[in-house]
Amino acid sequence: MSNYQVKVEKLTKIYGRRLIFKDITFCFNQNGIWGISGQNGSGKSTLVKILAGIIGASKGSVTHLLGEKKITPDKLHEHIGFVAPYLVLYDEFSAQENLMHVCKIREVPFNKEKVDYLLNEFLLYDRRNDEVKGYSSGMKQRLKYIFALMHSPKVLILDEPTSNLDSSGKETVYKIIQSEAASTIVIIASNEESDLSLCRDVIQLEKYKMIHSEEGL
Amino acid sequence: MKAYSLFKKDIQSELRTRYAINALVMFILVTISVILFSIGSEKISEYLTGGLLWVVIFFSAMSGLSRAFVSEEERGTVMTLHLIASPNTVFTGKLLFNLILVFAMNIVIALLYSLIFDSFVLKNLSLFIVAFILGNIGIASSSTIIAAIIAKAGSKGTLYPVLSFPILLPLILTLLELTKFSIDGASIGESYVELTVLICYNVVILTASFLLFDFIWKD
Repeated sequence: MSNYQVKVEKLTKIYGRRLIFKDITFCFNQNGIWGISGQNGSGKSTLVKILAGIIGASKGSVTHLLGEKKITPDKLHEHIGFVAPYLVLYDEFSAQENLMHVCKIREVPFNKEKVDYLLNEFLLYDRRNDEVKGYSSGMKQRLKYIFALMHSPKVLILDEPTSNLDSSGKETVYKIIQSEAASTIVIIASNEESDLSLCRDVIQLEKYKMIHSEEGL
Repeated sequence: MKAYSLFKKDIQSELRTRYAINALVMFILVTISVILFSIGSEKISEYLTGGLLWVVIFFSAMSGLSRAFVSEEERGTVMTLHLIASPNTVFTGKLLFNLILVFAMNIVIALLYSLIFDSFVLKNLSLFIVAFILGNIGIASSSTIIAAIIAKAGSKGTLYPVLSFPILLPLILTLLELTKFSIDGASIGESYVELTVLICYNVVILTASFLLFDFIWKD
């Protein structure tokens, strides 16, 4: 059992008049890797954005609990690490500047040792002082992992975790995901077999609903 | 402190991208030039110069202040902000940025204005300074919340002045009145009602902004 839980109850999302999903209920109450899959347009990205508190739900609730304590929405970002292809960091800053600004805004100390380790792991150390606008899409994706991991979040949400990455990048990501899963709830939204094979259980979204998972989440 | 860090990030970003500064500087120069050309050698009244000053300030604010949120939306960095700061921090940081921008912009406009227009003579400078400070706070606060509202809309360029006009109108009218008073040399005591209106306007806008920003920011 983890001391962190993500409880989703009767979650419904409607964009305009379009229903994305309805009455989704599950609970991630253990550290490990959890998957969310479904066809394109089934609402995987919408669901993970709601879990991360980036957008609101139309109905239902998402509750983040640390022990018995409920995390309030204004503190939620302190516990979340998020990586997605549509996440954009500041192009006009270097990788190092981006990470330093993020630490200052989050009011967490800039852990140089950890950042340098992550920069080395993701092969960005030598380019850390270059402006992000000069990075390839794969390098930007690697930088997003450092952005997501450097404050040691309780929940790591990865939407299409290996998009834009080459095979060495994928290997690094899988290695990091597996090591993080020991102390963190890792949620992967993907359709890639290789990504989903890491998961202890996968929630399947289909026809606006959640297909029941193996562990009966 | 978090808001101050966000403000520092925005200042550094602005100095590199010149997203708002260039638009503002060009707008100020063009507007004052147009006024100069249209007046020609005519002698205009003191009241009219006072009125034109706030016209320049209003439209300059319209051209530059929406950038605080629009630039984040256009570049796609809004989600990053969601992930690193609470709504209150984001609003306070953006408000600080707009305050600095408004004060810098309006000081430049007022100085240029007083150098160019001989008829712009203020008999009570201290009253004008008080009105100027309160007015700038009002312009920055209302522009920041309007920018947050319109940032997600498709036609931002049109929506911003349209939405700003009714919200800024009571502020601009009061500022016009106070500028007239300072040209006439009225004392601060004599302008008590207008100054109270400005203070109330700022309190209402700031309170409403902090209460509403959560909802605007989430969807």
